[in-house]
Amino acid sequence: MLNRPPFLVLAALAVLAGCKKSENTGSPAAGQTPGAQAQVLHLGNGTEPQDLDPQIVTGVPENKIVNALFEGLVAYGPNGQGTVPAAAARWTISPDGLVYTFYLQPEGRWSNGDPVTAQHFVRSYQRLLTPSLAAEYANKLFPVVGAEEFYRGQLSDFSQTGFKAIDPSTLQITLKRRTSFLLESMKHYAWFPVHIPTVEKFGGLDRKGTAWTRVGNLVGNGPFILKEWSMQQRLVADKSPTYWDRAAVKLNQIVFYPTENIETEERMFRTGQLHKTNEMPLDKTDVYRREQPESLRIDPLLGIYFYRINTTRPPLNDKRVRKALALAINREQLVEKVTRQSQIPAYSACPPMEAFTSPARLSGDLDEARRLLAEAGYPGGKGLRKIDLLYNTSQNHKKIAEAIQQMWRVNLGVEVGLMNQEWKVYLDSQDTLNYDLCRAGWIADYVDPNTFFDLWRTGDGNNDTGFANPEYDRMLEQALNAPTQADRMAIYAKMDALLMDEVPIIPIYFYTRTYAMNPKVNYPVNLVETPNWKFIYLKE
Amino acid sequence: MLRFFASRLLQSLLALLVIITATFFMLRFVPGGPFTAEKAVTPEILRNLEAHYGLDKPLWHQYFDYLGSLAKGDFGPSFKYPNRTVNEILGDKLPVSIELGALSLLVALLIGLPLGILAAVRRNTWVDYWGSTLGMMGISIPTFVVGPLLVLAFAIHAGWFNASGWYTISDRVLPCLVLGIAYAAPIGRLTRGGMLEVLNQDFIRTARAKGATELRVVFKHSLRGGLLPVVSFLGPAIAGILTGSFVIETIFQIPGLGREFVNSAFNRDYTLVLGTVILYAGLIMALNLAADLAQAWMNPKVRLEG
Repeated sequence: MLNRPPFLVLAALAVLAGCKKSENTGSPAAGQTPGAQAQVLHLGNGTEPQDLDPQIVTGVPENKIVNALFEGLVAYGPNGQGTVPAAAARWTISPDGLVYTFYLQPEGRWSNGDPVTAQHFVRSYQRLLTPSLAAEYANKLFPVVGAEEFYRGQLSDFSQTGFKAIDPSTLQITLKRRTSFLLESMKHYAWFPVHIPTVEKFGGLDRKGTAWTRVGNLVGNGPFILKEWSMQQRLVADKSPTYWDRAAVKLNQIVFYPTENIETEERMFRTGQLHKTNEMPLDKTDVYRREQPESLRIDPLLGIYFYRINTTRPPLNDKRVRKALALAINREQLVEKVTRQSQIPAYSACPPMEAFTSPARLSGDLDEARRLLAEAGYPGGKGLRKIDLLYNTSQNHKKIAEAIQQMWRVNLGVEVGLMNQEWKVYLDSQDTLNYDLCRAGWIADYVDPNTFFDLWRTGDGNNDTGFANPEYDRMLEQALNAPTQADRMAIYAKMDALLMDEVPIIPIYFYTRTYAMNPKVNYPVNLVETPNWKFIYLKE
Repeated sequence: MLRFFASRLLQSLLALLVIITATFFMLRFVPGGPFTAEKAVTPEILRNLEAHYGLDKPLWHQYFDYLGSLAKGDFGPSFKYPNRTVNEILGDKLPVSIELGALSLLVALLIGLPLGILAAVRRNTWVDYWGSTLGMMGISIPTFVVGPLLVLAFAIHAGWFNASGWYTISDRVLPCLVLGIAYAAPIGRLTRGGMLEVLNQDFIRTARAKGATELRVVFKHSLRGGLLPVVSFLGPAIAGILTGSFVIETIFQIPGLGREFVNSAFNRDYTLVLGTVILYAGLIMALNLAADLAQAWMNPKVRLEG
């Protein structure tokens, strides 16, 4: 128990502190998360945002904030799925699927009152593609005519590209070839407009990190405006008085907290400082399941947890060995006993989504796995050199790796060594193919199978397995040019089957996002964690 | 005195240059860079990024560029937070760390000194034993255990405080208490030891023989000598509190420099790592110097020679 003197000191301090709490403006006092009348949402947001410039940032925490302050042409609907008008009121697509014409909202306004025009979009895209800005997501725009050439400096006249402002309220985008997932990918913030005069005023279009994203300077076209940004403390966004659809916006204020430590975040939720956390500590999940299931949310997340295989190194260059390893993992047991957050066991390279559920399946039992290993010349694992499994330093990855190591030892007689590296060192090892087996994850940027199949293209910057298959590359091209959606999905199914036969990766599970949330919050599930803040509110 | 000061200053500057150089090159030899990410950027984008930040120049060139801008007091832009300069981040966060450190030190002294003195005066009584036991506990239970325990008791169950944050006065209480307790323990033990040594000396016996009150003996005659070990501990302790506040800052979500110090290395934020290293190195050197000076003032036996 507590000894008396410090307890008394604390009590005295608490009394003193009690009167100070009313000074607190944004953060709710302990135990008093405001409710439906105030419509102020407090949420844990992972890490401190790097910046708020939609053309510079790259992370999920930034994505959530940028979606409040800016708006793209289209957005996710009220249930977190589908496509609804945003900055564009409507659009048409030419029959050949190459020309997209967007008609902007007649009442579209920036937060300084300026109308949002088609020129703003065109000039924003020009900025994103300017090489000296070095935007990390510049390649998101490469499906458009001339975009890649302009970025590479082979084209200097931007008016030659496929971005055209027909008139102030009409934007036309011409593609190099049919890209069926264009509208989906346009919900990514790389496609959001920025207020060019403001960016210019604070140091120029091709400079990173100027003061234009600071409080008081930032001009956006989203449903919220930036009110306060205290680094590593909180970021406050107020409902925008100029947003075209302001009548539909229910929240008056959103307060984003950088919550790097998930244990701390969970405690903040328990004291009522947060309505919603970003994550949930693994050990706490079962406690919430038991004691307050109404506050536990487990959402599907469009991502896959898998092991990369270095297909250039013997004995892993033999696909029989790779397949044997892939078959000898009991995924159901792993998900139930080790990861424990309702993840979905993965037997294919692409997680299920509305438009596509892969019929391909990694198939075969343990006998098949042992037979394959024996065929490859390693009966019962004899003669096989010790293989190393690399993962980035983390308790969760370690637990999973240990479980799988054990499964391989028991099921196949294969000895695998575990090796952990600090995050950036691990990324470097992966990128330079300096590994045998390597833990990996991939979360989609937009809801389309392409984002998962594009990875395994020969020489893709994220392939990192040495896998190179001309037939696969050919099918990838074919899918992009497929005349109908059904044709395209059929090709992806074949590609998935090919991957499950060649096994450059071992799929393990499809991600879920587990967090704590006050049951009063209406927060639609979105597969890529891109909120449409209009549809988020506190219920009575 | 002046000669001592000048030579120590010169030594410190030289050491600082060595630290800067070693940090600069060690950072570059570590695998991975500021733009290494799970979703790799294409090679041409990476080239543009490196050109944007001047990382495409030869390493020695970058080194002298950095020293050049450093001489002008410019720590450069942050790689992780493109929207902020390192100067700004340091300027924002150092005051928070200093506030946290100063309040914690105050707590540490307020708890540690009285306990230490009391334990020395009432040597081998229950006061002394309890003090020692508490001191041992304070030293051996880490802050990442004490912190969450206090949060559990006073924030979650009692509901008196926020679980984390640095917004109001009440938010200062728990973190400063946790960090303070951790440092109160060694301060208490050092005070007890120092006081015991002095209390056993002849001049104390003389004072007592002349009929001085116990209060006068303790506060007038013993304290100055008895606190010497504490003073020499304070220099490194302050530096330790400032640089070692990472755990507390993480547990309580405090926007201090300790977190940046650690995280910048994980992020390979070259300029921010260098900025924090330089700042901390400078602070540690200055504090050690201050501790030396204070010791000389308190103890005539110590002479400051170059």
